[in-house]
Parts: sequence; structure tokens; C-alpha cells
Amino acid sequence: MQEDKSVDRRGFLKVVGGASAVAGAAAATQPGTAAAQTPMQHNMPAAAAGAASDRLSGWAFFNPDEAAFVKAALDTLIPADATGPGAVEAGCATYIDRQLAGAYGRGARLYLQGPFAQGAPQQGYQLPLTPAEHIRIGIADVNAYARKTKQKLFQDLAPADRAAIMTEVDTGKAELANVAAGGWFNMFLALTMEGYFGDPMYGGNKDKAVWKMIGFPGVPGMYSEVIEQYRNKPYPHTPKSIQDFA
Amino acid sequence: MATRLNPVDVLLVGYGWTGGIIAKELASTGLKILALERGGPRDTNPDFLEPAKDDELRFALRHELMQDVSKETLTFRNNRAQTALPMRQLGSFLPGNGVGGAGVHWNGVTWRFNPWDHSARSQTVAKYGEKIIPEGMFLQDWGVTYDELEPYYDKFEKTCGISGKAGNLNGAKIAGGNVFEGPRKNEYPNPPLKQTHGGALFEKAAKELGYNPFPTPSANASRVYTNPDGVTFGECHYCGFCERFGCEVNAKASPHFTVMPIAAKNPNFELRTHANVMRVLLDSTGKKATGVVYVDARGREFEQPADLVVLSAYALGNVALMLWSGIGKPYDPVTNAGVVGRSYAYQASSGATVFFDEKTWLNSFMGAGSLGVNIDDFNAGNYDFEKMGFIGGGGIGSSTSGARPIQFRPVPPGTPRWGADWKKATVKHYLHTGNVSNQGSNMAHRANYLDLDPTYRDIYGRPLMRMTMDFLDNEQKQMRSLNQKCAEIGRAMGGAIVEPRTNPIPYSIVPYQSTHNTGGAVMGADPRVSALNKYCQVWDVPNVFVTGACVFPQNAGKNPTGPVGALAYWIADALKEKYLKKPGALVPV
Repeated sequence: MQEDKSVDRRGFLKVVGGASAVAGAAAATQPGTAAAQTPMQHNMPAAAAGAASDRLSGWAFFNPDEAAFVKAALDTLIPADATGPGAVEAGCATYIDRQLAGAYGRGARLYLQGPFAQGAPQQGYQLPLTPAEHIRIGIADVNAYARKTKQKLFQDLAPADRAAIMTEVDTGKAELANVAAGGWFNMFLALTMEGYFGDPMYGGNKDKAVWKMIGFPGVPGMYSEVIEQYRNKPYPHTPKSIQDFA
Repeated sequence: MATRLNPVDVLLVGYGWTGGIIAKELASTGLKILALERGGPRDTNPDFLEPAKDDELRFALRHELMQDVSKETLTFRNNRAQTALPMRQLGSFLPGNGVGGAGVHWNGVTWRFNPWDHSARSQTVAKYGEKIIPEGMFLQDWGVTYDELEPYYDKFEKTCGISGKAGNLNGAKIAGGNVFEGPRKNEYPNPPLKQTHGGALFEKAAKELGYNPFPTPSANASRVYTNPDGVTFGECHYCGFCERFGCEVNAKASPHFTVMPIAAKNPNFELRTHANVMRVLLDSTGKKATGVVYVDARGREFEQPADLVVLSAYALGNVALMLWSGIGKPYDPVTNAGVVGRSYAYQASSGATVFFDEKTWLNSFMGAGSLGVNIDDFNAGNYDFEKMGFIGGGGIGSSTSGARPIQFRPVPPGTPRWGADWKKATVKHYLHTGNVSNQGSNMAHRANYLDLDPTYRDIYGRPLMRMTMDFLDNEQKQMRSLNQKCAEIGRAMGGAIVEPRTNPIPYSIVPYQSTHNTGGAVMGADPRVSALNKYCQVWDVPNVFVTGACVFPQNAGKNPTGPVGALAYWIADALKEKYLKKPGALVPV
């Protein structure tokens, strides 16, 4: 069924994408031209049907054991329940995998020259590790801790035991072999939240379910005509993401 | 070995707001002007178009428009007893990079500093005597008064199309504007932005408590506007993606579509991007700059001779360039002598998060960078320093700049950080939470300064600049006192749960607080305690001028871009009317 839609989508983009390129050029920021004297509009193609259901799959960074750990950890941090989607169904494992495989994970925009010292907490991140290395080492550490304290791999534990271990890692009570528990947990939790609340084009927040849950209308916001009207009132909307316009 | 290039008359190091203003203003001189910018070129189209521009991950969390600290960063410690360590990733502040600098991705809050801020020492001493100034605090005048700067503030406001409401027109106080501001000759060029529910609640509560609320002066245009240079702005969309993002409609004033295209029309102007200045060259006397050395994208080194050098990079970058180049005497905290690196200051802020019930809809995703309501009742010289127990104060306000969900997820105190209860609380409060914030001033102090690190280097082999910084007693009192005022207003707004907060004490480089780094190369009337004279000319090297918030002797409880822009026009005027007619020191030492 997807194939039928994507044929339509390609045809659709051919027309709309071309039109939007023209509109974009008209809004060029060229001083002294007529275009620069015109108030600018959002310039974007219309949402393409079916785009949001294009999903990423496969692992670019994690091995199968690590992927199992990550899914178990995500299910512990944000379980699926009546409130809304869990981190696993939202696609956070894919999100984290892609982030660690990419520039962020490999240490882009991270100063990694030595010498290294632990420093005070207010001096921030001081590890000689890229985020990808840090997360990978920490996964092995937490699993070793789970085996030591609960005699099983983390992903094989019952939910209550997983939550107990994650609490010990979060609070720094868990003594891990290599990484500092609290610092590792903070990085893993931050990645989880990025995936959960971010644009679906990065692999998480599948079908914008998280934005629907909290009431964030997505992008692009054009509220100049409604901001006063919806003071102290719920704003009806259907969320749109960057991915929807791809 | 550097390749020597043909000389230019005026060389700008860094191309953001101040470089753009000076390039534009000096076009009429006919001089050959060259701007060197370490980052790349960019423009509204194609760089800031929808929907790609609204990418919270890419721009707000991965800092795509900011300085790349894997290449250039600084080291940090709270005090001299600690060993400084590198700021390995961005956190507390976000210096810009590329054409337009931080002017591309600021929020647009555009103040005039109060008259007290410009004459902080003399006004404080006149009212309270010397004894009120704590040991170690440097309270200094700017060497230029509010009244002298007034026409330049006016010029910058018109360039940017500021939306706001005057509170003091030629001495007449106007209710609904900031009655504490200095007298202004003209009303703002545009009316205030539309208000949110949170802003309306703040305004009402502040009035009930006897304060004087007014709309935040904003470089987000409230209507289609054409500035005196003929540049047209779009009307703000209230899209909620402003700070850390470019603007798709040119509603947020930025140098890249205002002053820079006009500067570029000058056939004697040239911009070189990916040109990173390593140091300023001095002649054998050390009193005259002869040009700069810069490195291009391929790593090639060039010597660029120039008659006049303007350091127009970000505040921290300007101070680092002075230290690397041997311009001015570096500050020594032990002897308290020297001026470069002295008086580093920041923003000592606090506030309160205001959680409303689920029948109160804040809808904070509708917002603009500088959309808000403020009071100045506890700022600058507007309150009793003796009674409150601190100098400087802060601006208190409620702003709605968006609710981008990776970073805006308020939950009340006591809520777990993860799990089912965390999720429930996140959903419950997302659309129903507001804020009252105190943007606190930061007085300069002997303990807080910038110098060169003995250990760490950047990718070019230069020593990293070392920041020694903490919030001291005056600032701690200020933050802890004013967050109680914020909480009081939050409760009057009807908040069901009101949670006071302060910036971390001790100061931490980790959580984002503010990109208002000030001082390190301050202006003033006394060369023993200022690196620059009142025209922002280096006392020791008169053919070098310095722009940016590094010239502030202490930081006000206000955003810095208004005075930074006004000073750029002030400096351009001094160059045109004074220096270029008769090169040399504009103020005798």
C-alpha cells in the first residue's frame, strides 16, 4: 500500500517542489532588489502524504546485544502507558543509534585534547571519550553491574529490577567498572529525551505521537494572527514536522 | 611563512553587528575596508528557510550556528586555587560564528542601559558614599554618559526596527513604558509586540503589587517596517524558534540583511570569510599595529597590513586577541595591576517557574525571541542598595520565546526525572507553565578575570584563554533576594506551584545561562583601570579600536546588544569625525 502512495508522492513533489523553489528565490535576501522590499513568507513545499510513515530500520552503531540493552533501558525510562507512547515505540533506539553513528557520536564540536583531569562538576565534561565511546563502555559497565547484583543481563531482568538498577545508575550509587554512573546516565537520558521530543526525521517521536501527547503543534509556527485569540484557550491543531514537508 | 598581502586602510576582525555597522558607516570615507570573518557566509535564503530552520536538535542542541569548541575554546575554573580545565563542549554561553555572528541567532531583546549603568561608580558614591562598595568590587563609570550615547541608541533602535513603548520622552514619564529609562528623544520605531496570556498575567500582577510593567523592547518587528537605510523587515510570525535560530521572514533584526548588504555596495569594501585572525601585529615600539596574521580555510597563513585595526569579534574573542597580540598590559589579580582580562563579568540571574492549573492555557509554543513584559523597579539605581543589601540589581520579567519540546519540559519540584510519573507530569504542565525571570547584573570583581592558560592550546597552537569566574557575595545576595520578588509576582499571577531558582552557585560552565559575557577590555577615563578610552580606542595602541560587550566595565541587569550596537555607531562617528582626520590618541593619557 505504501508503494501506491509513494508514486503519488513523487509526482506531487515534482510539481510542488519546483514551485517552492521559485517562491524561495522570490524571497531572496538581496538588498536593493524588489524582493527585499517585500515582507517575507514561509517558503516551503506542502506536506507530502505518507512521508511520516517512512521509517528507518537496522543498526548503524549498536551490535545486537547493545541494541537489546538500549531497548530495555528505554522501556524503563519511558514505558508505554495510558499517558502516551513509550520510548521504544517512539523510535528512540533508532534515534540514539543514528546519533552515535554520526557526527555527534564521533565527537564533533567536542574538544578532546589532553591532558585530562576529572575536575569539579561545574567544569563539565572532561572525559577522553567521544559520546559513542562513552555510551558503549557504559552499556557494558551497566550490564556487568546487573550481572553482579542480579545475576542477569540488564535486558533479561524484570521491569522492577531494571528500574532499580537504573535508579542506582542515575543517583551514582552503582559502582561501574569504567564510567561514572551519574555522568553516563545523564548522557543516555539526554539522548532519550532528544529522540522522544525531537523531529521525527531523526528517528524518534514516531508519527509525532509525543507532540500529540503534550500538545506541541510542531513546525512551522505562524501565530501572528492567532496569538491573541488563543490567550488562555486551547489551540486546536494537527502537528506537522520537518519530515512531513520532505 | 605568511604570505604578505596588499595593505588596506581599515581592517575589521570579525563580522557581526559591530563590524557591519562600522563597515557601513565608514563607506563614505572612501577608504579601503576589509572585514575578516573566521566563519562562513550565510543568508536568510537559503540558510534560514522553513521548515528546516525550525530544527531544534540541529540548532539548539548541536549548536550549528555557534563556535566550534573542538577548534577554539577556553579553560575555566571558579577561583585561582583550582586548575582550569577546557570547556570541552558548549554549555553556559554560546558564542556565534560566521557572517552576522550572534546577531543572526539572538533573541532580539534591545535595551538602552539605564543612566546609572553608564555612570555606576559616580552615581553610587554620590548617593551612598564610597563605603557601600564591597572590598574587591570594581565599580566603574564607562567614561561616556547615557546622554552622550542617546543619539546612538536611537540610531541602533531605528536600524533594528525595535518594537516597544517609551517610558521617558524628553523627561516626561509615560505610564506603560519603562519610567526608569533615561530620557529619549524619540518613541520606538514600532509598537510593542502582541502579548501572550503569560505576559498579560505578569502585567496585571506587577501592577497590583505596585510595580511599573512595560513591554520588552524587541528587535522582532511587530509590523512590516522599513528602516532609515531602506531595508524592509517582515512581520514577526511568533513562531517560537528565535534564539539559536535564524529568522525566515527577516522580522528579527540581524546584520546579515540590514547593515551588511549596504556595506557591501561600497566598491572599496571587501569581506573575506573563513579568514581566522591569529594575532594583531605590532611594530617594534609595541605602540602601533601594523596589521594582522590570519589563516584561511586551507590553513594558509597571510599577513594583512592595515593602518587601522578594529577588533569586532565576540567579546571573549576580542580579549583573547589582545592577550595573544600583546596589546595592553594583561591583568594580574595578585598585584591588581594591568587591564586586559580585568573586569570579566556575566549575568547573575535567578527567577521562578510558575505552574498553573490545567484551566490556565499559556500555550507558550506561540512566542517570539523578545516577547515579554518587564519591570525595572529592582534594577540599576532604581532601588535602595543599602536596604536591599546589594549593588546592581536585575531586570524582572516574564517572557514567551517558545516551547520547543526537547528543551522546554517544565515539571514541578519533586517530580522524578523519568518513568511513568515523569511522563504524566510533563503532559500535565507543558501548556500551563510560565516564568518570572530576574536577569541579574554582575558587578566586576578582582577575583573574576581572563588570562592565558598555561597548559591547553587551540588547533592553531595558541594558548586557550582562561576564565576565572564565580558568583561572589554581592551577586549571590542579589540572585537570592530577587528570586523571591519573582516568586511573589508568580503567586500574584495565580501560579498553583511557584518554584524559585537561581543560576548555579558556585558558577558552573555546564547549564546554559546567558551569552552575555562582558568585560576584559573595558572602556573608561583612567588608563590604570581601563584598557580603552571613552571612544573604545586602546590607550596603549591608538590605531586599534575594540567593540562589543568586552568594553562594559560591569554588566547590567539587561541584555547587552543595545549598548553594543549604540557603541558601534559611537565608535564609527569617532573614527569619521576625529580619528581619521587626525590619527592618534583621541584622549591624552
